[in-house]
Amino acid sequence: MAAQRWFTSLERCYRVNVRSVIGQQMSLGSVDPSDVELDGTSRHGRPAMTLWRALVLALVKPARHCHFSRLTGRRESLRRMSVGDKHGVRLARIVALAVLAAAPGASAPGDLESVAAVDFESQVAPVLESRCYACHGSTQQMSGLRLDSGEAALKGGHSGPVILPGNSEGSRLIQLVSGQVNGLAMPPAGERLSPTEVGLLRRWIDQGARWPEQPEPSAVRAGPRHQGHWAFRPVRRPSPPAVRGEAWVANAIDRFVFARLEREGVEPSPRAASETLVRRVSLDVTGLPPSPAQVEAFVADESPDAYERLVDGLLESPHYGERWAVQWLDLARYADTDGYEKDSERPYAWRWREWVIDALNDDKPFDQFTMEQIAGDVLPGATVEQVVATGFHRNGLKNREGGVKIEQFRFEETVDRTNTVGTVWLGLTVGCAQCHDHKYDPISQQEYYRLFAFFNALDEAEIEASLPGESGPYLRALPDYRERRRRLLESNRVYELQPAWEARMIEAADNPGKWTDWDHALDALQKYLDNGEGIVRKPPEDRSDRERAKLEDHFVKNYHRVITKQFREELGWDALRERLLRLRAQTPDITYARAVTEADPPRATHIHLRGAWNRTGLAVEPGTPAVLPPLDASGEHSRLALARWLVSPQNPLTARVTVNRIWQEYFGRGIVPAADDFGTRSAGPSHPDLLDWLAADFVAGGWRLKRLHKTIVMSSAYRQSSRTRPALAERDPDNLLLARQSRLRLPAEMIRDAALQVSGLLDPTVGGPSVRPPQPDGVADLAYAGSVDWDPSQGRDRYRRGLYTFLQRTVPYPQLANFDMPDRTAASCMRERSNTPLQALNLLNDQSFVEAAQALALRAVPEGGSGFERALERLFRLALSRRPRPGELAALLEYYRRQEAIFEAEQETAERFMPLDAPGLTASQAAAWTGVASVLLNLDEFITRE
Amino acid sequence: MDLPQLLAIRARRDFLRLCAGGLDMAALAHLLGASSAAADLPAGNPLAQRPPHFAPRAKNVIFLFMAGAPSQIDLYDPKPALRRWHGRSLPESMTRDLQLAFVKPGAKVLASPREFRPHGRSGLQFSDYIPHIASCADDICLVRSMHTEAFNHHPGQSLLMSGSVQLGRPTIGAWLSYGLGSESEDLPAFVVLSSGRGSSGGSSNWSNGFLDSTYQGVVFRSTGEPILYLKNPPGVSERTQRARLDAIRGLNRERYSATGDAEIASRIQSYELAFRMQAAAPGLLDFSDESQATLDLYGVGKEPTHPYATNCLLARRMVEKGVRFVMLAHASWDDHQEIDRKLGRNCAITDQPAGALLRDLKRRGLLDSTLVVWAGEFGRTPMGQLERVDEAAGRDHHASCFSAWVAGGGVRGGHVVGRTDELGLGIEKDPVHIHDLQATILHCLGLDHERLTYRHLGRDFRLTDVAGEVVDSMLA
Repeated sequence: MAAQRWFTSLERCYRVNVRSVIGQQMSLGSVDPSDVELDGTSRHGRPAMTLWRALVLALVKPARHCHFSRLTGRRESLRRMSVGDKHGVRLARIVALAVLAAAPGASAPGDLESVAAVDFESQVAPVLESRCYACHGSTQQMSGLRLDSGEAALKGGHSGPVILPGNSEGSRLIQLVSGQVNGLAMPPAGERLSPTEVGLLRRWIDQGARWPEQPEPSAVRAGPRHQGHWAFRPVRRPSPPAVRGEAWVANAIDRFVFARLEREGVEPSPRAASETLVRRVSLDVTGLPPSPAQVEAFVADESPDAYERLVDGLLESPHYGERWAVQWLDLARYADTDGYEKDSERPYAWRWREWVIDALNDDKPFDQFTMEQIAGDVLPGATVEQVVATGFHRNGLKNREGGVKIEQFRFEETVDRTNTVGTVWLGLTVGCAQCHDHKYDPISQQEYYRLFAFFNALDEAEIEASLPGESGPYLRALPDYRERRRRLLESNRVYELQPAWEARMIEAADNPGKWTDWDHALDALQKYLDNGEGIVRKPPEDRSDRERAKLEDHFVKNYHRVITKQFREELGWDALRERLLRLRAQTPDITYARAVTEADPPRATHIHLRGAWNRTGLAVEPGTPAVLPPLDASGEHSRLALARWLVSPQNPLTARVTVNRIWQEYFGRGIVPAADDFGTRSAGPSHPDLLDWLAADFVAGGWRLKRLHKTIVMSSAYRQSSRTRPALAERDPDNLLLARQSRLRLPAEMIRDAALQVSGLLDPTVGGPSVRPPQPDGVADLAYAGSVDWDPSQGRDRYRRGLYTFLQRTVPYPQLANFDMPDRTAASCMRERSNTPLQALNLLNDQSFVEAAQALALRAVPEGGSGFERALERLFRLALSRRPRPGELAALLEYYRRQEAIFEAEQETAERFMPLDAPGLTASQAAAWTGVASVLLNLDEFITRE
Repeated sequence: MDLPQLLAIRARRDFLRLCAGGLDMAALAHLLGASSAAADLPAGNPLAQRPPHFAPRAKNVIFLFMAGAPSQIDLYDPKPALRRWHGRSLPESMTRDLQLAFVKPGAKVLASPREFRPHGRSGLQFSDYIPHIASCADDICLVRSMHTEAFNHHPGQSLLMSGSVQLGRPTIGAWLSYGLGSESEDLPAFVVLSSGRGSSGGSSNWSNGFLDSTYQGVVFRSTGEPILYLKNPPGVSERTQRARLDAIRGLNRERYSATGDAEIASRIQSYELAFRMQAAAPGLLDFSDESQATLDLYGVGKEPTHPYATNCLLARRMVEKGVRFVMLAHASWDDHQEIDRKLGRNCAITDQPAGALLRDLKRRGLLDSTLVVWAGEFGRTPMGQLERVDEAAGRDHHASCFSAWVAGGGVRGGHVVGRTDELGLGIEKDPVHIHDLQATILHCLGLDHERLTYRHLGRDFRLTDVAGEVVDSMLA
C-alpha cells in the first residue's frame, strides 16, 4: 500500500521510526489522534503524497533569497501547504518536526552528557563542516567569517568575534544557530541544527572552545570559483566565420550574425528602403530626422559609397554628440537639481554636460573619456576641462534636509558613486554586497568596500571653468564689482558682525548639542555651503575670493537663525540680499563647474556592517574585486590607478559592457539583453563571439566610439528591413537572431526634437545652460512646499532640444517623463518603450505639439493653399521622410475636407486652432491644415525609428 | 450627417460597447476596416477582462497607502507595558539585534500618550486618534503581526508595492490589471491619487516594471485637469478631436499592414482609451450628483479633510466605474520627531475619510466586492528618537513588526491576526510578511500568487517573489 511505502521510505531516509514519533507527539497531547489515520492520510482522504510533499518542502525549501529570513524555513513551508487541508498540514508539521528533531546525531541529549568533555575532531568539526563551511570555509567567507581554522574562527567576522570561549550564552554563533536574532538565523536556508548539535557546540564553547593545532589552511579566496563566468574571461578576438551568403556580408558583424542564421536555417531580411534607411540612420546617429533634401539626395545617389558618405557626414554633425550624450546622462544620473525635498538647483551642473557633448563630438577615445571622468582631477598636469569631467561624480542625489547627518549622507553618496561606477563600467550591480555577502555573487562585502574606498577618498569642489569669451569681460568688471560689493557689505555692518558669528559657528562645531539654535545654524552652513565648516575654520587671509564671497552671502542670508526678529528688521538684510543679487546679475561672470578633489587628510575606509553608515567593521584598503585582473597601483594615485584599471586591455568588462550598450541603441536590445547585469546570473550574450569581436575591435581601434558606431551602422545586419515576417515571428518573436531590424519608439527627448525639427521651430544651438520650455500650470506645484519655480524660458530657448530641458528631479518635465525618460536617481542602462494613453494625450493636446503642428502646416502649405496633393506630399516628406501612398492621400483629403467644413461653420474655433498668422489662407483652411499636420505628428510612424 | 461622421459616431459607440467586455477582435477588425483595407490586427487587447484562477471574493482594491510608516504603537497595537519603561533604556539583551535606521538600541522608551479602547461587537482596540476607522471595527481585519525586511523608505515601499526591494518590478496594481484586465471602458485599470507630500518611492510605487506599460498606474490630480493634457487644445471640439483620432487611426492601421508591428495595434488602442478618458475623467470629479450628507460623511469641503476626502470619494466613484485598483498615497507618516502632533495631524486628515469610505461602500453594497487595504511600508519603534521623551520625541523605523488592516472583499471583519510582544519589539504569534499580505490580496481577487507570473529575462517573476502564503485566518 502506498502509504506503507511512504513511511518506509521516510524511515529509510532519516533512520527514524516515524510512526513512533507521531505516537509520542500524540501522547503528549499536541494532536488529536483522530486527526490522523495511520495509513498516512488525513481523515479527509487527501493522499499521503500531500504529506510527503509537505515534508520534503519542509526539509528542502530554502528560505527567502536574503539571509535575513523571517522565520525558520520549516514553519514557513508548512504554511505553504494547500489551503483547506488543515489536518494534513498539521500532521505533516508534526511529522516534519519529529523527523527534524530526530535527524542526524541520533541520540537524544541527556543530562549526563552536559558534563562530558567534547572532542573537537570527532564531534564539533563534523557539524561545522557539514553546516557552516559552505559559506564560512575555504572557498567563501561570508561576512568575513571563516570557521575552518581555529585562529580565524576565534577572530570572528566583520562584526567581531562569534565565539567567546567559556561563554556559549554570549557567543553569537550559538545565538544564531539556536534561534534567531532579529530575523537572522544560521544556516539561513535549509535545515536548522538539531538540539543535539547545538548542545554539542554549546558545551564545546563552555569548555573553552579548544581548537587542536593544525596547519593553517591555504588562503583561497572567493574569486576563482567565478572566474569561469563568460564575462570575466579575457576578451579574445574571434575570427569572423566564413559564411555561404558572402554577398550579404558588409563587414565582420554580418559574418557572426549570418553564420548563426545559417545554422538556424533562417534567411536575413532584405535591405530597408532608402527612405527608411536614411531616416533610421539619421535618427540613430544624430537624434534628428533628415530634411527632405537629405532624403532626396540619398535616394538619388546611386554611387556605391553613398551610404558610407551619409554615415560619415552624420558622425561629423555636432548633433551626434547631443544624441549620444543622452545615453551617457542616463548612466551618469544627470539632473539640474539635488533631488529630495527642496530639490535645489545646481546652477552649473550643465557645465559637465557640455564637457560630455564636446568629448563625444571630438571623439575623445573612451579610455581617455573614462580616465578624465573618474580621476581627471589627479591626472598629471590636469587641465580645467579634465577636472570638469569629474563632475561625473557630482551628479548623484544630494540631501540638504535639516537633520540629515553630514557623515551619513556622505556615506550614501559614496555608495552611490561606487554603485554607479560598477554599473557603468563593469556592468555589475556591486551594490548587492553593500550589506552582506551573497553566496553566489562574485563580489564579497569586503571587496565592495575596497572599491568604495576609492571614492571615500574624494571631496567635492567647485572650480572656475570659464567658457570662451567669458574671462575678458569678467576680469574687466571685477575691480569695480568688488568695490561696489565691499561698500554694500560695509555700510550694512556685515564686516563688523561676521567675525563674532564665525567664532560662534566654530564653538558650536566643537560643542555639538550645547546650543540648539547654533547647532541648526551650523547645520545650515554645512548643508548649503560646500565645505562650509572648513571655510569658517580657515583664517580669513587663506580663503579664496570665491570662498570669502560665498561665506558672506551665506552669512547675510542665514544670519536670522540666531538673532531676534527685531534686530533682523533693524538690519534690513533681506533688502541687502536683493541688492547683492542684483549687483551680481548685472556684472559679467564666468561659468563654474562642480568637480571633485582628493580629501586631505585622506579618510580611512572600513567595512560597514549590514551596509549601515554608522556601523563599521574591519579597515580596508582600496582595491578591485578578485574575480577581475589585479590592479596595478605602482606608485600612482589610487583613483587614477582605478581609472587605468577600468580601461586596461586586461579588464574583460569595460569594453564588452560599452559596446553592448551602444549596440542596444541600434537594435533595441543588447547582445547581452540586460545591459546592466554582466554578473553570474546574467542571461548571457545571444552572439558571444560577436560581442567579443566588437569589444576587441573597439580596444584595438583605440577606443574610438565613432569608429564603433560606423562599424555597426555599416553592417548589413543594421541595414535590414524592420518589417516583421510571419514565419519568423513564430520562430523568433524577440528577434534574437537578428534576421530583421526592429521598429523602435524614439526616446523621449527625440520625440520633442523631431516635432521641433520638422516644424522648423528647433533652435539647433549646441550646448549651454538648461532651459525651461513651457509646461502645464500646476506641474511644479506638486513639488515640496512650493520650492520649485518653473519660470518658462523666452524666445529661442523655448525650442531647444529635449536634452537641454531643465531636469527638476522631483517634478520632471511631463513630456519627458511620459515617454520613459529615467528618473535619474541611479545609473540607468536601458530605457523602457511604453505605449500609454497618457502619451496619446500628450501628443494630441500639449500646447507644444499643437504649436509644432501649426508651424509644420505653415511650412508645408504654400501661400494660397492651392494644390492639396503637393502640400500634403510636402507635409509627408517633412514629417515622415517619404511620399504618401494613394490610400493615405485619399484618407487625409477626406479628413481635410471635413475639417475645413466644420471650421467654416465654426470660425471662432478655427481661429483658436490655426497658427497666429497664416498668410494667404482662410482661418478654416489654416485650422484644417493644422489638423492634418497634427495627425502626422501623432502617427506611430512619426515617433518610431523604423 | 455625412458618411464619415456617421462612421465616426458608430465607431465610438462600438468601441465603448466592445471594450466593456473583452474586446472582440473580429469586431474590432471590422470596425477598423471601415476606413481602410482589411488586414487583421493581432488579437489581444492587453486590458481585456481575463478570468481569475478561481472564484474571487472581491473585484476591486482600494489601497490606502500610508507612505512613510505610521506608528502602530500609537494607532493599532496598544502596549501599556511601555509605560513602565517610559524614559528608560531597554536592556541590551532585548535590543541588541534590532535593525534601526537612526536611533541607538539604548534609546529611551517612549510610551504612547494615546488612549486605546475596544470598539464594536468585536471589541477591537484602536487609539483615540482614529475614531472613524475604529467605528468600523466589525468590518476590519486588523493584522498586528506584519513584518518586512526593508527598513528604509524607498526599499520598504518598493517591497510593499512590488514584492522586491529592488526597483523595476511591477507593482501590485499593475499585476492585478495584468491578471484580470479592466472592467472599465473609459478609465485606466490602475489609478493613483495622492495627497500630502510626495512619497519617497514616487512613481516607482505605481510602476508597471517589466510588464506592458498599459498596466502602469495613471496619476489623477485632484485640482486642475485631473490628468495632464486631458483637455483638447483651444479650438478643438469633441467632434474635431474624434475626426483627428479617426484619421490617426486610419493611417496607423495602414502602417500596421505595411510593417506587421504589433506595437502599432497597441498605439491605436492607447489613443482610443485616451479619447474615452477625455470624456469620462472630468465627470468623476463632478460631485454634483452626490448628496450633501455624503460629502459631509467624507469631509469634502472641510479642513483638514478635504484633499483626502476628495480622494476617498473619487476612489469609490472609480470603483463604481470598474477601476480595478485605486491607490491613495498619503505622505508622509515618517515622524522621527514630534510624533504625537504630526500623527494627530495625519489622522485628522485621513481618519474621517477612510472611515467614511468603508461606511459608504458598505451601504451601497460595494464593500463585499471591494477590498480596502490600509498599510504603510513598516512600523515605528517603541523607543523614542530624541534624548527627551516629551512632545518633541518621535519614533524610528521598525521593520520587525507593524500593523495593517484590510476590510471588505471577503475578509474576516472584527478580527485580529497575530500578536506582538508586550513591548512591541517583535512578533509572538502568526507573523504576516508583506509577501503574505500580497498573496492574500491576490487570493481575494481570485488569483493564485504562484500562478500569476510573467516571464522576463529568462525567469518567471511574480509579485510575491519566491515566498508568500495566503493568510487563511484573514479570510471570512
